[in-house]
Amino acid sequence: MPDYSWPTAEQRTLIGKRITRVDAPDKVSGRAKYSYDYFQQGMLFGKILRSPHAKARIVSIDSSAAEKMPGVKAVEILQKVGATVQWEGDEIAAVAAVDESTAEDAVRAIKVQYQQLPHLVSDAEPPANAASLAGPLSDDDIYDALSNQMPDQDLISLLQKNGVSFHVDQDFLNELKSSEVPDPVVQAVAKAQFHETTGARSNFQKAAVIKQGDVDRAMSAAEGTIEGIYGVPLITHCCLETHGSTAEWPAKDQLLVHLSTQNVSGIPGQMADPLGIPAANVRQKQDHVGGGFGSKFAADRWDIAAAKLSRKAGGKPVRMMLERDSELKVAGARPSAFARVKVAFNKDGTITGWQSQSWGTGGMGGGGMPPIPYVFNIPNQRKEHIAIRTNTGPARAWRAPNHPQAAVITMGAIEDAAAKLKMDPLEMFLKNIDLAKPRQDIYREEFGIASELMGWKDKWRPRGENISGSMAHGLGLSIHTWGGRGHESNCDLSIHPDGSVDIKMGSQDLVTGTRTCILIVAAETLAIPMEAISLHIGDTIYPTSGGSGGSTTIGGVSSSTRRAAVQARELLFAKVAPALNAQPDDLECAAGSVRVKSDTKRSLSWKQACAKLGAMPVTARGKNPDKEHPPDLTNSGVGGVQMAEVEVDVETGVVHVKKMVAVQDCGLIIDVKTAETQCYGALIMGISYALFEEKVMDQLTGRMLNPDMEFYRLAGISDIPELVVHMMTGKGYDEKGVIGLGEPPVISPGAAISNAVANAIGARVPFLPLTPDRVLKALNDRNLD
Amino acid sequence: MSEDDPKKTSAPDSGVSRRDFLKISGISAAAVPLIGTQVVEAAGAPVKVYGPGKVPIELTVNGKKQTLQLEPRVTLLDALRDNLNITGAKRVCDRGECGACTVLLNDKAVYACSVLAIDAQGKSITTVESLSQGNNLHPVQQSFVDNDASQCGFCTPGFIVATKALLDKHPHPTDEDVRRGLSGNLCRCGTYHGIQQVIARFAQKGA
Repeated sequence: MPDYSWPTAEQRTLIGKRITRVDAPDKVSGRAKYSYDYFQQGMLFGKILRSPHAKARIVSIDSSAAEKMPGVKAVEILQKVGATVQWEGDEIAAVAAVDESTAEDAVRAIKVQYQQLPHLVSDAEPPANAASLAGPLSDDDIYDALSNQMPDQDLISLLQKNGVSFHVDQDFLNELKSSEVPDPVVQAVAKAQFHETTGARSNFQKAAVIKQGDVDRAMSAAEGTIEGIYGVPLITHCCLETHGSTAEWPAKDQLLVHLSTQNVSGIPGQMADPLGIPAANVRQKQDHVGGGFGSKFAADRWDIAAAKLSRKAGGKPVRMMLERDSELKVAGARPSAFARVKVAFNKDGTITGWQSQSWGTGGMGGGGMPPIPYVFNIPNQRKEHIAIRTNTGPARAWRAPNHPQAAVITMGAIEDAAAKLKMDPLEMFLKNIDLAKPRQDIYREEFGIASELMGWKDKWRPRGENISGSMAHGLGLSIHTWGGRGHESNCDLSIHPDGSVDIKMGSQDLVTGTRTCILIVAAETLAIPMEAISLHIGDTIYPTSGGSGGSTTIGGVSSSTRRAAVQARELLFAKVAPALNAQPDDLECAAGSVRVKSDTKRSLSWKQACAKLGAMPVTARGKNPDKEHPPDLTNSGVGGVQMAEVEVDVETGVVHVKKMVAVQDCGLIIDVKTAETQCYGALIMGISYALFEEKVMDQLTGRMLNPDMEFYRLAGISDIPELVVHMMTGKGYDEKGVIGLGEPPVISPGAAISNAVANAIGARVPFLPLTPDRVLKALNDRNLD
Repeated sequence: MSEDDPKKTSAPDSGVSRRDFLKISGISAAAVPLIGTQVVEAAGAPVKVYGPGKVPIELTVNGKKQTLQLEPRVTLLDALRDNLNITGAKRVCDRGECGACTVLLNDKAVYACSVLAIDAQGKSITTVESLSQGNNLHPVQQSFVDNDASQCGFCTPGFIVATKALLDKHPHPTDEDVRRGLSGNLCRCGTYHGIQQVIARFAQKGA
């Protein structure tokens, strides 16, 4: 069997080097085409009529005037009369017209009557005893309980006691089974009694109660405790390319969709059912995607609407890209998370207990409990979480779901404990690092490097003791972890008799350098230049490959590409061996040639070797995972350390980040250059959500107050300080295999910056973003103490 | 608003919608005589009115004259993207906040989403596409490539044009020049570090 393992450091010519992003020339020249750029003469433009209310019943919809307008080609009503909209911006109707302004005029001509209903858009701390799981469970409740890791026994007894509010059918049970829900739970669902629901459900749902050890004893035995409150608000993804697609029907029942997505291969299956056509008749095609960050996995209601409008209009392309305000209102938000925390510790800094009451919202779904205490598995814990169902719009996965929130809450509480002990938090983190098993040694090594790069020992001062004039200086740190195992991926690699090579894969390059890394792996394996290979991705006519989420892409595509390239190489060797008077096993690819390992003078150039293929190219399919072709080339589990240095003007409350250091492990790195960029980008995104970003809801109207890019503020170039990125490579890291990097480095910046501000001003600013008003309030509260 | 940052347009505070505002600014900018133009009196002075239907518009884009039939309310950005299929300039915020649509109008960086197509007549419009010929990239573009200053790339064309405009004016830009010249462009992936490297290189050796 051929050797699929990654080449060793000495053998590598491309993997682990600094290779320039291959599609950068297209991006800098404006040639790169995005879904938003898809254009055809005579195409139609789609617009959506959206609910102005956060919660309302639709009383009537009258689209007759719109349908009669000149230039309007199709109208689709998306919600039934009598339905209840649950957030501002919910889709009501869709229009396609000859140009955008006509479509806008037509949307305005649709008359909808609403009966407004009371809404809730606040994720403030729930009143005491507000949360309940009283009453029968809906399917959503069951899914929430499962995703919140409610202990099986708790869920089973709840099902036995309260029953369910819906008729459980076999489909639902099969769905649970296929999601690997334990059998006893599935049986409890099957046996649960059906009860008619009475009245509205509570907005406050007790989503989790988790105990470990004996926290009461730990608290009473502790030599010290701190209590604090920490949190992160709703933020939006704010992809620069808004969500949306252009849909067209090149033939009857054949849909071609150009959807802006991080999930190319997953789109047909989502569109088929609502359109009543087989998934095999849906083709998704995309060259470039303008950001996703976790929010672009779905074929959304507006995408389905575009396809329906196009079908009604005779198959002409209908472009349906969201407006900026809709993008910020409805196309995804990161759930908020807040917590009251009590930490128990000993005088030497050993942490012994953790108690938290947390809450947050992810819109109607409520949202899950962040994994607190984060990274540190504190021996004694009691945690309760309340999910608040709000009319703030849908939540979507945002890079490293729930981890940045968990980091802010956990690292903040530990830093506060260190401050109470007047201990350097670096010392306190190291003191407890064995609680971060199994990665304690990685963190130790990374802390050493990070503190050197930051100059931690020289710069750190106890809280509030580094003020000159009106400027307070501070340092903060945080650690994080993530899985990042490669997803399922299929790669077809063909070697042609003329020496050209092509790769086909239904993947996507979600800003991470996926194209570059696929080419690096193939070129390394075949020992030919990257430019000699044509790469085709972004289309469902190619072999399926997973969605780009959870840092799974690099492990998936690099593994499938490696296997495809090795197998294709074997096929080539079989054809070339007779010409070199050797056995296929004796051959190797090196520096643009195929040669005999033991006698490298016996060689053919790559072109000469490929000519031996005869008339037909050879094609190999590489897969991930693939137990039949070991070894496993990808892995799970990374550790990272970040440090922040800030300057806070205590008169204005303005926080300025002066320097950030990121030390990150991600196993074997395919391309160091784009990996570093990923970390720089994550630090910058982190500065942005730490200092500026918040989806602000108006309690009275239930509407988002800042659905634009002036008041939903992103960091700009002058907010960016000195950034230092250090990637862990070499022994202890390379042999882990390839692990994803999209999530990990974006987890810690908020926590590190929050801790640095606390260190600077001598008081905790409880919630992100660390805006001047919040900083000044924290200073004021400190002075009152 | 600084003289170095001409892209900023102030939002109307009159309660007039943006489309209406654009229409009004179109009325006042009656620089190009058109057949069938109405003249009305507004604020005591005669002004020419275009539209509301489509009117002929002539644009000079990347040195090439283009004749279009557009409603007067169509922005330069939409004219480029949806009528000429010149899609380098991106539509992101569509209201002069993010800079992804930056183009040069008579060599001055402007937000194409905040300029009406009819107002761009008689001026030279330069988009990112004209800065490179095939694989021969403009030095600013090459430096973006070398310093990995693009990730998803959606903000990149706007940044390229804004950076070129900055360097044309300040071959050795100071931090303050950069702040004024590039603060009007926003990136979500976080490529500012790479862009800072680009600027640092030019600041050192000159554009």
